[in-house]
Amino acid sequence: MRYLGLTDADRRAMLDAIGVGSVDDLFVDVPRAAWLDGPLDLPGRRPEPAVERWFVELAERNLSPARAPSFLGAGAYRHHVPAAVDHLIQRGEFLTSYTPYQPEVSQGTLQSLFEFQTQVALLTGMDVANASMYDGATATGEAVLMALRVTRRRRAVISGGLHPHYREVVATHARFHGFAADPGDPAPQGGEDLAARLGDDCACVVVQNPDLFGHLRDYSALAEACHAAGALLVVAVTEVVSLGAVRPPGAMGADIVAAEGQSLGNATAFGGPHVGLFATRDSLVRQMPGRLSGQTEDVDGRRGWVLTLNTREQHIRREKATSNICTNSGLCALAFSIHLALLGEDGFTRLARLNHALAARLADRLAALPGVSLLNDAFFNEFTLRLPKPAAGVVEALAERGVLGGVPVARLLPGAGLDDLLLVAVTETVGEDDPGRLVAALAEVLA
Amino acid sequence: MIRPEEGNRGLRLEEPLIFELDTPGAVGVDLPDIPDAPDRLGGLARNGPIGLPRLSEPRVVRHYTRLSRMNYAIDSGIYPLGSCTMKHNPRLGERLARLPGLGDLHPLQPDSTAQGALDLIDACADWLRALTGMPAVAMSPAAGAHGELTGLMCIRAALEARGDARAKVLVPESAHGTNPASARACGYAVESVPADSSGRVDLAALTDRLDPTVAGVMITNPNTCGLFERDILEMAQAVHAEGGFVYCDGANFNALVGRVRPGDLGIDCMHLNLHKTFATPHGGGGPGSGPVALSADLAPFAPLPWVLRDGGGWRLAEHASAVGGSPLGRVKGFHGQFGVFVRALAYMASLGGDGLRKVAEDAVLSANYLLARLDGTMTASFPGPCMHECLFDDRFLRGTGVTTLDFAKAMIDAGVHPMTMYFPLVVHGALLVEPTESESKETLDRFAGLMLRLAERARAGDAAWFREAPVHTPRRRLDETRAARQPVLRWTP
Repeated sequence: MRYLGLTDADRRAMLDAIGVGSVDDLFVDVPRAAWLDGPLDLPGRRPEPAVERWFVELAERNLSPARAPSFLGAGAYRHHVPAAVDHLIQRGEFLTSYTPYQPEVSQGTLQSLFEFQTQVALLTGMDVANASMYDGATATGEAVLMALRVTRRRRAVISGGLHPHYREVVATHARFHGFAADPGDPAPQGGEDLAARLGDDCACVVVQNPDLFGHLRDYSALAEACHAAGALLVVAVTEVVSLGAVRPPGAMGADIVAAEGQSLGNATAFGGPHVGLFATRDSLVRQMPGRLSGQTEDVDGRRGWVLTLNTREQHIRREKATSNICTNSGLCALAFSIHLALLGEDGFTRLARLNHALAARLADRLAALPGVSLLNDAFFNEFTLRLPKPAAGVVEALAERGVLGGVPVARLLPGAGLDDLLLVAVTETVGEDDPGRLVAALAEVLA
Repeated sequence: MIRPEEGNRGLRLEEPLIFELDTPGAVGVDLPDIPDAPDRLGGLARNGPIGLPRLSEPRVVRHYTRLSRMNYAIDSGIYPLGSCTMKHNPRLGERLARLPGLGDLHPLQPDSTAQGALDLIDACADWLRALTGMPAVAMSPAAGAHGELTGLMCIRAALEARGDARAKVLVPESAHGTNPASARACGYAVESVPADSSGRVDLAALTDRLDPTVAGVMITNPNTCGLFERDILEMAQAVHAEGGFVYCDGANFNALVGRVRPGDLGIDCMHLNLHKTFATPHGGGGPGSGPVALSADLAPFAPLPWVLRDGGGWRLAEHASAVGGSPLGRVKGFHGQFGVFVRALAYMASLGGDGLRKVAEDAVLSANYLLARLDGTMTASFPGPCMHECLFDDRFLRGTGVTTLDFAKAMIDAGVHPMTMYFPLVVHGALLVEPTESESKETLDRFAGLMLRLAERARAGDAAWFREAPVHTPRRRLDETRAARQPVLRWTP
């Protein structure tokens, strides 16, 4: 069997060395009643080509966004990942190493995490970032928990423009951790007064930029209002490429930024694994969740890196830890870092402007269709259309025509009276003819 | 700043930070021209540069290749990190996870265009149901600790549904740190349960602590001493008699897979680390995946989304209104670590039910073989047989001036990644060795030989040599106190 290191001769010799007759003698502590006496009723072993055939068949039953005009976003964005990224993250030294507990033989991982932390801090405009969380939604959940610790208050005000999955993760924490999550109604056309919901019990306000509907907002005034009320401003970012064109949350006064980093280096992968980004101010670093790579020196005075501020963490502090997180998204963070290293300042800002320009052009073409209107004034690479028909049916009809036309808002917010809204995202992966195909298909479906 | 050529010694390479390699004018990605379109950023355009370094593709590839060479990995040698199950990561999974139609699927494309993906998630769940003997598996948790939290939430939701809010969770003192941290995150107080002299949960002490305020007990089985909790059936019975639930930390499932089903041990809830037992790469710290197997009593509370099959095929039920149970809500964005499911399912399908059983047997055999080879010279904390890992303490180093840490660093100099050290906390100076089923007897013999030689050297009074180690690494011992006292967590110009 190809994955096993031992031969039958090895097994025999090892049993002899242990001094037992069979492997069963090593399982004697397991209650006899719980022994399975033979293999379970599961398929038997299969050679590589047979397994591969099965997965190819499964894959062929899906419509690959690479093979269709695709305008899907709402928290996951298909960008071109350079070939070098995928090659480098598959180097066994990165792929098959553990969390860097022995720093002398983990400098590669530790240095790359230190670089990642720096990149995330620069992008978000914050002082400091951690070595990653699971995804944007869980990072947002952790941001709220951190705000509760920092302020010792028990209520979080949630913008209606926060991605519903993020809001639902916060609500789950609220239920079990025991605090109040105070969600606003979705406001697809704006007009949300978050400052009015502040109060001396309020730990934080959570907003998203661009928000679920694609709106870009300046949260500077809200940040001031939060600070005046003793609360923190948490800004979630689901499309990190936006930070190449848009003023970052740090420049608006955010105290914590929780972002989804999938757009850089990582495939959409039907929803995971992605990579959560988490950044904050220097003064709050000891309340931060997650791993941190820190710079230090070795005994010879050479610069090196270690996991640091471990006294925040579960393996030291157990029930008093800032979070229960252990394994995070190391390899996805590495992919993020490599992609951003390849882009560099010029490439990243150019990629952002390219996304924005493509989206702006398509938004106007779609809004020119009869009965269709664009809800956004300011947006990055995603916008909301109001359609003359329920968006869910329209998306199905577009899929039948081989076009992945967007995400119906009602899929994320059923029963909110937003059935006619469609989220459309545009990235650089959209082919030259794709916008035209979407416009034509949508015109046909709406006719 | 260190120039790349400075400090190199043969194949031991120095590499500056990527920020120190900034080359104005260089770029590693070519992008098309930007079409003309008016700015629609609403006056929120970024003002001022970000500060990202500029490099060409060859320089980026070289940077990360050089960094990679400063890492130890399973691909380079035995990685006997106890409780971490560092087994071989088959590359078939990497290929399959990148297939068009799997890797590039969007999580919110219509279900009608993702039938194969939904089928795949359920197939993965189906294997896990069969291997655990439990009727339901919640697939969305992102890693082991996340699975622990989710499992405890299921328990709490089930208790609340019967109007029986409870206040605390019992956690053995040998438990992983994530257990008490997860219990706390679920709003429970944590009470510790001591071990008995055999390294197992003290059944009497556990029973004493059980009362109607106890929501559940978090058992690790095999436990972190590498021992099977022999009294598991009695423990489960006692917990159930008081109306509580038994959570099992599945980090050590590699000892049992295909041979023992947790569902047959009275366990109500258990997470599985796909990045341990099911051979998906740990990637230097993730991604993981932590599906949670649930009993029939807990299944109705599983987090969203659920993958359901009806007349029209597979569908994702993403909202409470779309399912029959009382889901506890959402714990993660989208539908779980799909890319990890692909790899884990490929592993299970490759080995089959018979091969997975062999995995557990070989993992247990290998650990017992090391225990037999090493005990006597090193000091095993508890008599065998052990399960998939064997635990030593530092009695064999007593009086030598060599600590567990020194011993581990000397192993590094000999080209081997150390075992888990100073965990579990129930023995002094713990050395927890988990060889996994991937290693050949020859590798195990060489590893055992090394450990014995090092133990003899320690006894021979060579403490100074140990304290110097490691010397053959990209960096020698690093000043962790300084890192924590004066944190430098990012590069600044």
